[in-house]
This record gives sequence, C-alpha cells and structure tokens, in this order.
Amino acid sequence: MSQPSENKNPARNKAMTLIALALFVSFLWWAQSHLDGYKIRIINLIAINAILGLSLNLIYGMAGMFSLGHAGFMAIGAYVSALLILTPEQKVAMWILDPIAPWLPGIHAPFIVSLIAAGLFAALFGCLIAMPVLRLGGDYLGIATLGFSEIIRILITNLTPITNGPLGLKGIPSHTSLWMSYGCLLVVLICMTRLMRSNFGNVLRAVRDDEIAAKTMGVNTFSTRVLAFTMGCFGAGVGGALMGNLITTIDPKMFMITQTYSLLMIVVVGGLGSITGSVVGSVLVTTMLEWLRFVENPVTVGSIQIPGVPGMRMVIFSVLLIVIIIFRRDGIMGMNEFSWDRFFSFCGRALKERGAS
Amino acid sequence: MELNMFMQHFINALGLGSLYGLIAIGYTMVYGILRLINFAHGDIFMLGAYFVFFATIQYKLPWALGLIIAVAGATLCGLLVDRIAYRPLRDAPRISALISAIGVSFFIENISIVIFSGMPRPVVQPPALMRAFSLGGVRLVPLGIMVPVISFVLVGALLWMVYRTKPGLAMRSISHDIETTRLMGVSVDRIIALTFAIGSALAAVAGVMWALRYPRVEPLMGIMPGFKAFIAAVFGGIGSIPGAMLGGISLGFVEIMSVAFFPDLSGFRDAFAFILLIAILLIKPTGLMGEKLEDKI
Amino acid sequence: MTPTKSGDAILSLNGVTLRFSGLVAVSGVTMSIPRGSIVGLIGPNGAGKTTAFNVITGFYKPTSGYVEFSRAPSESVRLTGLPPHKVCKAGIARTFQNIRLFNNGTAMQNVMVGAHLRQRGTWWMNMFSYAFPAAAREEREIASGAYSLLERLGLEKYADSPASSLPYGAQRRLEIARALATKPSFLLLDEPAAGMNPQESAELLDFIRRLRDEFSLSILLIEHDMKVVMGVCEHIWVLDQGELIADGAPNEIKANPRVIEAYLGKEAVAHA
Repeated sequence: MSQPSENKNPARNKAMTLIALALFVSFLWWAQSHLDGYKIRIINLIAINAILGLSLNLIYGMAGMFSLGHAGFMAIGAYVSALLILTPEQKVAMWILDPIAPWLPGIHAPFIVSLIAAGLFAALFGCLIAMPVLRLGGDYLGIATLGFSEIIRILITNLTPITNGPLGLKGIPSHTSLWMSYGCLLVVLICMTRLMRSNFGNVLRAVRDDEIAAKTMGVNTFSTRVLAFTMGCFGAGVGGALMGNLITTIDPKMFMITQTYSLLMIVVVGGLGSITGSVVGSVLVTTMLEWLRFVENPVTVGSIQIPGVPGMRMVIFSVLLIVIIIFRRDGIMGMNEFSWDRFFSFCGRALKERGAS
Repeated sequence: MELNMFMQHFINALGLGSLYGLIAIGYTMVYGILRLINFAHGDIFMLGAYFVFFATIQYKLPWALGLIIAVAGATLCGLLVDRIAYRPLRDAPRISALISAIGVSFFIENISIVIFSGMPRPVVQPPALMRAFSLGGVRLVPLGIMVPVISFVLVGALLWMVYRTKPGLAMRSISHDIETTRLMGVSVDRIIALTFAIGSALAAVAGVMWALRYPRVEPLMGIMPGFKAFIAAVFGGIGSIPGAMLGGISLGFVEIMSVAFFPDLSGFRDAFAFILLIAILLIKPTGLMGEKLEDKI
Repeated sequence: MTPTKSGDAILSLNGVTLRFSGLVAVSGVTMSIPRGSIVGLIGPNGAGKTTAFNVITGFYKPTSGYVEFSRAPSESVRLTGLPPHKVCKAGIARTFQNIRLFNNGTAMQNVMVGAHLRQRGTWWMNMFSYAFPAAAREEREIASGAYSLLERLGLEKYADSPASSLPYGAQRRLEIARALATKPSFLLLDEPAAGMNPQESAELLDFIRRLRDEFSLSILLIEHDMKVVMGVCEHIWVLDQGELIADGAPNEIKANPRVIEAYLGKEAVAHA
C-alpha cells in the first residue's frame, strides 16, 4: 500500500522539534531569572491567551459556531478555581456585603485540582447551554451565547453568598509561574493537534463546511457540535482560572464582552481554523495590547510633550480588527498549520530568491 | 397593586417597549436583507443621543433643531458604517461580516470614549415635557405619552413606505432574492444603503427620546438597549417590521412589570431579555410574526 | 426482471405524500426497488424527484405514507421519522445534484468522513492514542481504506489535493467515493451525468454498473440524460407534478404516450 504521507523526513522533524523545545525551555529558564515582574507577567499572559484563543478557535474556526460567550465561561472557571484555592480564613474575612454560604469555607483543593474543576464546571455549563441553543444554529447562536455570558455575569454579581458579589475575590494565592502556564499550553496544544489530526477532526471540519452533506454521510451534526462547544468551554474555564490566578484579583467586571472581543481578535489575526495561528495571534495581540499602552501615556520626544489619549488603545485595536477582516480575511495562517517540511521549503525558496537577485 | 400604580407602570412599559421597538426595526430590516446582525446599530443609537445632547445642551439650540441634527448625523454614520465595513464584504462568508460588525461596534464605542470622555453627562429635560398632569387619577408627564405616540406614528409611516412605494417594493424583493433583484435592474447597493439610513434615523429618534427619558448620555449606553432590541426583533420574528415593534413592546412589559411585581428581581433585570430569547427560540424559532426560512438542499 | 414482488425489494415507498403548506410536492408515490438492480427516477423539472430523494434520506418527513428499507433479505426497517444520519447508518448513501463536497478538506479527508460512521474508537481515545492502540490501529485502517477506495475509483492522484481543486468529473466521482465509504447497500445518485460531455456520460454507464457489481449495491438514480437512463436502468419510474404517471422497462417508457406528453406537451403526442 503506497500511502501519501505529509511527513517527508520524520527523523529530522522529530530532532528539530526537540531542539526547538529545548531552546524554548532555556528561554523560559532565562526569562524566569533575568526579566522583571512586568515582562514575566506578559509572557505568562501570552500562554494563557493562547489557551483561550485555541479554545475559542475550536468552537469558532474548526466547528464553525459563532459563539460570543467565552468571557462567561472564563468567569465560571476563574471563580471555581479561586474559591477552591482560597484558604478558609481568607474567605471568612473577605465577605462583607452578605454572610458567606456556610458550606463554602470548608471547600479547599490544590491548584491543579482547581484547574481541572474549573474546566469541568465551565464545560458542564457550556454543554447545558449548547443543548437548547445549538438546535438553532446560525447567527442566533452568537447573540444567545452573548446573552448567556451576560446572565452568568449578572448571576455572579447577585449571588453574593457564593461569589462575594460586585466586590469580587482578592488575594488569590498565586501559583501561575511560567512553567505552569506554558505546561498547560503544551498539554492543550498536544491534545488539540491530536484531536484535529484524527478522523474526528475531519468530521468537525466537515460539519463546518457543509452541514447537510455531513448529515448525509452519517454524522450526527448536533452532538458533534455540542461536543466541540463543550470542549471549547473546558478550555475557556481552564484559561479563565489561570488568568484569575495570574492577576490574583477577580470581579465580575473583568469578564465583560470586551474580553471575548480580544480573544476573537487573536483567533482572527492568527487564522480561523489554524492551531498555529491562534498561538501566533496570541503573541501578536497580547504584546500589541501592552505596547499600545504607550499611546495612552504622555510621551516626550526631545523637548516636545505629546499628551496621552486614554482609550486610544482600543480604538486602534478595533480599527485593526476591521482592516484585517476586510483586507486579509484569512489572517496570518489561513487554515494552515506549521510543519517543519513547510518551514524548510519556505526557507529554501527564500534563500534561492536571495541567490538569484 | 393599585390601579393608579399599575397604570403608571403600564405607560412606562409602553414607552420603554416602543423605544426597543424603534431600535429593533433597524436590526430586523438589515437582517432581513443581508442576514447580518448589525452589531453597530446600538452604537448609532448612542450617537443619536450624543448629537442631540451637544446640539441642545452644549450649543443651546432648540430641541426640534437638535432632533434634526441627531437624525441627520446618525443617518450619515449608519451609511458610513455600511459603506466602509459591510459593503466590501457582501460576497465574503457571513462570519467575516459579523466580525466586521463587532469591530465597528467596538470602534464607535471606543472613539466615543476618546472624544466624549467616558463620564456620563446629564441631560436637562425641557420643563414643558415634564409638567405633570392628572388623567383620570393617573399622574402623567407629556414625555411619557409622547414617546409611544411618536414611535407608532413613525412605524406607521415606515409601513406605508415599505408596502406602498417603489423603494419599499425593492426592499421586500431584495430580502426574498438578492440576485434576481439585481438582475431586474434594481441598484441593490442603493436600496441597502436606504435600509441602513432608515434604520439609523429611527435609532437616532429613539436615542433622542432615551436621552430625554433617562436624562443622561454615556458612550456605552447603546450596548444593552442594542442587544435587547435585537432580541426584540428575534422575538417578534426577524424580518418583520410590525414584529419588531410587537417584540419591543413585549420586552418592555416583561422588564417593567416583573420588577414592578417582584422588586427582589431588580438585580436580574438585564437577564430577562436573554431568557426571553432562549424561550422563544425553543418554542417558536421564527418568532411571533416571522416567516420560515427553508434551507435549500 | 419484475420489480413488483415486494419480497425481494431493498427499498419500498408506500403511498408517500409530502405537502409544503398546501403545496403538494410528492403525492401518493408507491414504488419498490428490487435488490441488486439499477433503476431510474425521471420526470420534467420540478416533478418532485429530488424531493423524493430528500424524503428517503430523512431530510423531509412525509405528510403520509412511509419508506421501508431492507438491508438484508430477512430484515426490514421503517426509515420514516429517522434523521438523515440514522438513515445513512441503516445503509443508504447519496450524492447531490449540485456537488456538496467538504471543500476545505482533501480528497482523503472527504472519504474518511464517510468512514467515521462505522468507526468504533472515539475522540478521547484518539486524543490519547498511546493508551488505546486498538483505536490507533483503526484510524490507520480507515486512512488506508479511504486511500484504496480512491484507488478503485481512479482518484488516488488527488488524495492530498483540496476537494475544491479537483476537475469537475473527479469531484462527482469523489462524492460517490465518499458515499461508498459509509458502506451502504443502497446508493442514490442525483443527476450523476450533469455537466458531462457525451464521451464522459458513455463511460458513466460502465462506471455505474461496475459500482453495483463491485460494491454489491442497489442503485436509484435521477437523470435528465436519456441516453444514460435508457442505457443503464433496468426499470424506470416517471414522476410528473409529484405523481407517478408510469413505470416499466426502458422500452415501455420510451413508447408510453403519457410520458411523452409530460415531457413534450400534448401536441407532440398528436404528431407521434
């Protein structure tokens, strides 16, 4: 049997992957000891945003569901994790508006367990929401998921005995190190790549490309969509938990629709349907959002003082989103993935062109 | 509950509902024609409120002139949005147009924060509109009556336009089959622009009345009414103008009456609309007055 | 071959009627398709042929009547009320009039989607395939099975090409390959010769017969190209305005005045 194979040179590729991984690990090790807290925080944020972007991309790019509810599922994850790792004394001291629910201070778990619980809770809510809403399909899904995300926020604000209401949770013990966030990202990347390379990945893309044809081929499109949505929510829960832990303070206002928009930007910039794209998108968007803070601060060029414009960051951000979607709809990667073969043939061509000119 | 109290809530609900309805018309018309959720519509409504605020409060122009400026300004903005962000994507996958719509909405909100500042600003209500009078024992202000009356007159005029004039005919035919309509020699882009203009003008009127009713303006004031109006449009049956009005009024009543009867629920008020949306989609996905859209196999 | 005995029928429609808000699309259609045969459903445009396909494959639920399917001689299931994916699982596959491939996927991926239906391994097994060697083996078997299916239909050179980049004729064959990957015993072809030149449609006759023999199928096809229909079908049903107006062997249909009238109008019959 002559099988077509994408992998032209498996031994070389494996070696390259190991070398790249080793280089990256030593970079993290160097960053850990040499960079200041602010920079380390941004590098952490890149990994967390990549996890969140990947989980949104699974729903949005791979399965073709227009969901705007990611912030809500992040909120669930962040709260579940934070409530599990806060110590009983911290919890008792924090609730001012309303007395804390009596069973809550006793519940406590290590960080890793809290991450998994965060993912599972978000997935559970996601599944419950997906069941009625995915029957509709199409555009209503966007507005319905957005609605759910708002309802979750309203619930968190009002269920004071459990969530401490609008005051939020403070002093969450921090466990998010570079190793933790990049370790999580690696696990997510491996799982997702394997998933999308398996036949289930083919089925998911088929449902996105042509639902009617997929049904005819024996695919239960409804349960496939619910499953993909639930998996995406799991990722959102884990990502939300990591983010809350990185910042150590969470409140309902953190999880507004703006949060979903920046994830959307990551996915669109990288390329809808590309795993590589979401990671690249996270690097670009996260650093850009930080870099754009300069626009909002006053800048002195020589002797001229340019006053900062508060809010300008988001203006530039939204203009970029529109420009990308109009002029380069496929983002950076389109639906393609990184592979060493592609990388080397690209380098080869670039070198040849250089030699020719 | 006393009858007097109830009547006040009733008028209140009718007013809020007809404002939702006016905004919803813009959503329903654009969706009916382009199958696009115009996320920026709620922000056009906000701009309408700001325009009237600057005209009357800042520059002391009379309210009638302010209204005209608000309608003209918002219409222009609506047309620009269509021209810049939506028209280049007519042939693109629908998801691209949706992302563009989100981008535009986000842009208008943030540029407004930059230009107008994020602080809410109070609107001074004209005293003539707030002079209370009593009708059969129910205390009313002229504004409370004016809002639903103006809304209904506008909807009547719009229905006449859509069902009795040539551009209206073109609109209805585009919503059935855009390609065939193009072949019939109708300038589709111009009719779509007209649709955006009408929707934006109605949103601006709603914005002006909203600014008068809840006397203040702020850059993010369009988000929630925008979402709720879209839900009203879906509830009434997307694509149907009377449906949008009916949906808006139903939503107004649900919000006002549930808080009136169960004051404990006031914290959850913003959630009602979304619960209503899920309920209608499960029970009657085409909405109260909508037509069924068939998938072609 | 006499197609009337219901005992050896693989698929039978019993008084199937479908109304769309007052409009009758298909009315009282009864037909029974013998196991192992190639049969045709013809009729003028808008006669309700594709609608009949959609009823069989579960996209529409008939207003009255039912469809019965017997994969093996001794067993029989009622398809009416089953959703499309269950109809496919029961053993019926189809193609579409306007080709519906998964355009972003390669030819291989398109065929593999068809094989998913009978795949036992689940997504989480494939995610952790080190722990589930049986599932991993099954994945490899599906890939090699898909490739050999492409080979049998002469599509192997397109295995890694995006489906949308294939030439038209190859896209039609790929749609059939994808349908075959679901391991059907009954295949519905909706205008397989559409867009083909005379030589291609001549080759199609052999191709359809080969499909029936190699994959032990029964085939029902809708077709406008009369050369194809008359050349390959053993029995033909004629639909006009939702009603069956005739059925019989190709020669009988050619001579049937009602069929000529439906296609060409009343004057044509007078002249004939």
